[in-house]
Amino acid sequence: MANTAEFRTCPTTGFRVCLNAEKLIKANAVVAVVFLAVGGLFGLLVALTRWPAVHFLPEDWFYLALTAHGLDVLLVWIIFFEMAVLYFASAVLLNSRLAAPKWAWSGFALMLVGALITNVAVLRGQSSVMFTSYVPMMAEPPFYLGIILFAVGALIGCFVFFGTLVIAKQEKTYEGSVPLVTFGAITAAIIAVFTIASGAIILIPTLLWSLGFVSHIDPLVYKTIWWGMGHSSQQINVSAHVAVWYAIAAMVFGAKPLSEKVSRMAFLMYILFLQLASAHHMLVEPGFSSEWKIFNTSYAMYLAVLGSMVHGMTVPGSIEAAQRARGLTKGMFEWLRKAPWSNPAFAGMFMSLVFFGFIGGISGVVMGTEQINLIMHNTLYVPGHFHGTVVAGTTLAFMAITYLLVPLIFRRELMFRKLAQWQPYVFGIGVAGISMFMMGAGTLGVSRRHWDMTFASAQLPFDYPSAAFLMMGLNGIFAVMAALGGVMYVVVVVGSVFFGRKLATDEKPSYPEVPPQAAAVGHYGSSETLKIPGTAMLVGIFFIAFVLYYFVNWKYLSEVWPMS
Amino acid sequence: MAITPPSERIWWKEPIAKIELIWIIIAFVWGLIMFFMMIYWHGAGEQNLSSEAYQITPVQFSQKAEAMIAEYTVREENGFPVVRPPPGSDVYLIARLWQWRPILELEKDQSYRLHLSSMDWQHGFSLQPVNINVQVHPGYDLVMTIRPDQAGEYGVICNEFCGIGHHNMVGKIYVVDQGGE
Repeated sequence: MANTAEFRTCPTTGFRVCLNAEKLIKANAVVAVVFLAVGGLFGLLVALTRWPAVHFLPEDWFYLALTAHGLDVLLVWIIFFEMAVLYFASAVLLNSRLAAPKWAWSGFALMLVGALITNVAVLRGQSSVMFTSYVPMMAEPPFYLGIILFAVGALIGCFVFFGTLVIAKQEKTYEGSVPLVTFGAITAAIIAVFTIASGAIILIPTLLWSLGFVSHIDPLVYKTIWWGMGHSSQQINVSAHVAVWYAIAAMVFGAKPLSEKVSRMAFLMYILFLQLASAHHMLVEPGFSSEWKIFNTSYAMYLAVLGSMVHGMTVPGSIEAAQRARGLTKGMFEWLRKAPWSNPAFAGMFMSLVFFGFIGGISGVVMGTEQINLIMHNTLYVPGHFHGTVVAGTTLAFMAITYLLVPLIFRRELMFRKLAQWQPYVFGIGVAGISMFMMGAGTLGVSRRHWDMTFASAQLPFDYPSAAFLMMGLNGIFAVMAALGGVMYVVVVVGSVFFGRKLATDEKPSYPEVPPQAAAVGHYGSSETLKIPGTAMLVGIFFIAFVLYYFVNWKYLSEVWPMS
Repeated sequence: MAITPPSERIWWKEPIAKIELIWIIIAFVWGLIMFFMMIYWHGAGEQNLSSEAYQITPVQFSQKAEAMIAEYTVREENGFPVVRPPPGSDVYLIARLWQWRPILELEKDQSYRLHLSSMDWQHGFSLQPVNINVQVHPGYDLVMTIRPDQAGEYGVICNEFCGIGHHNMVGKIYVVDQGGE
């Protein structure tokens, strides 16, 4: 193919930006935000219904809204945004033209059509089967068809990404190894291919089953393979949002990874071990051996967790090192105190890092412990955990980088700066609240995916403890706060993208303000003299919290009925 | 920077900072501790889910359960039979849209082999307020030996979404003192 791609040069970063890639990044990001808005609205309706004092939706609408919420935010918003991240991390960061832009557009179209088909199927009311669509509960065929088309589109996007890497290498558009952020994106894309393959293996037969061509799908087989997609796709998110953390640290602080080797090894751990995570959903299913469960649920002795714990140190560590190089060396935390907390890209990124580790990460490891899962499976603890990872972690990180992408890629000045400045806090704290109160309710036994925790119309009565009702009320309040943060995000982004002042070709955006970067940040000096005591303290606090919480839950477990 | 190629071309030969190395070692050892904790609990802990399970059709499972119900029903409650099987025996609990059948009455500190299976879709056995949660599948008979250690009245909530009546699916287990009513 002739090299007909056109480029512009970014006045801020000096990158040679392929215009094909830029258009695709814009299209994917805009569609992602639209689905975030729709899915977020469904989420708010769900939370208002689970707020006992409000109990907003009737039961059929509740289960419909919950199905749509899961699909639109967990799948559609995140994967569309990840496509934008993949094109950014390949074509833009490598100064390369994008491979096969027509294929990329056809992938985009397939994803969009698939997402619309599945949404329509859900809204028709006959496919309220939840995001997981466990057989033998059956949805209408278009429900599965839409997801399959969406996945095929995403797969095409992954291959365009890989193709772009090859082109960049051949045309020597960069020197040496790919940047760390691109390496993280490669991790995400490799896991995505595995994920989509698992999805195809199970959803294509399920589609045929709902059409009547296949008579039986085994529910255990379905679940094992479905979660090969369902959980692994969360590992795409982890890889992608860790890459985004590094990207924001680099763009805001000029931070350099403490050690390329360590950070890349940590990503490699994800590729090698995260796919075992399907087991997290099979710990209390009939018939799996303990050996299988222990090996898989721990990602082979927690080697993927090791990867995340490493990133948990190296990301803040690189920021601390960059800040110290700028002269913010007083005490343990001057670098953090004087960080640009009014820059929404940094604020969102740092909260994403903290919440992902403390809330999503710790709870995930605890819940994924073979025996402890018994006291958490399918309670609200589960959505509590994954709102900590996917919303407070991934979504918040993606929101944060949007504040950099709007001026740099969309070439528009950000509007509503006060709103933008507060948005990460409103959304982040709201989501942290949702996560923790759902976990609290789950610890008290409250079921997930459940319309009526009072059991008013059940034949036999049962009462949850009153503390559980308090938790669900607080969950509702924080959900309203998170929804407000979501609205703020959509207003800022949509407003800026469509109505923001266009930046001149060679104009550098003035907002978000980036602190002056020390030239020294290009090099941290010898590894022996690297000092990051603040990060060491943060990591120490994290570790103590982790260990205490882990053993507290063994204590809880030891108090339930003995069983074998 | 993380968005540009590594400044040291031969980055894999860069030395690792001491603080990073220490953290990697701590995290790795902690991972081993958590890994072996699960194995340790199989020996030392009392809460381990059995891996005993059989393939079974809904009809077969229902026949076994109904035989138990016919033999050991002691009374009725809200239209449900209350069944008091002998300690140590095989106890069957049917999950179906949208009921747990029957109500069980068990003796404290006695072991029972509890069988769980579904007649239709997946369900979730959620014993409250104890908070033991086990997945129930159609076509599979999950067998777990339980030993209730506190007398009282327990709810069995369905915590796997099973359609429009899911939130009405509540069952009951009584645990009574030995020999008592």
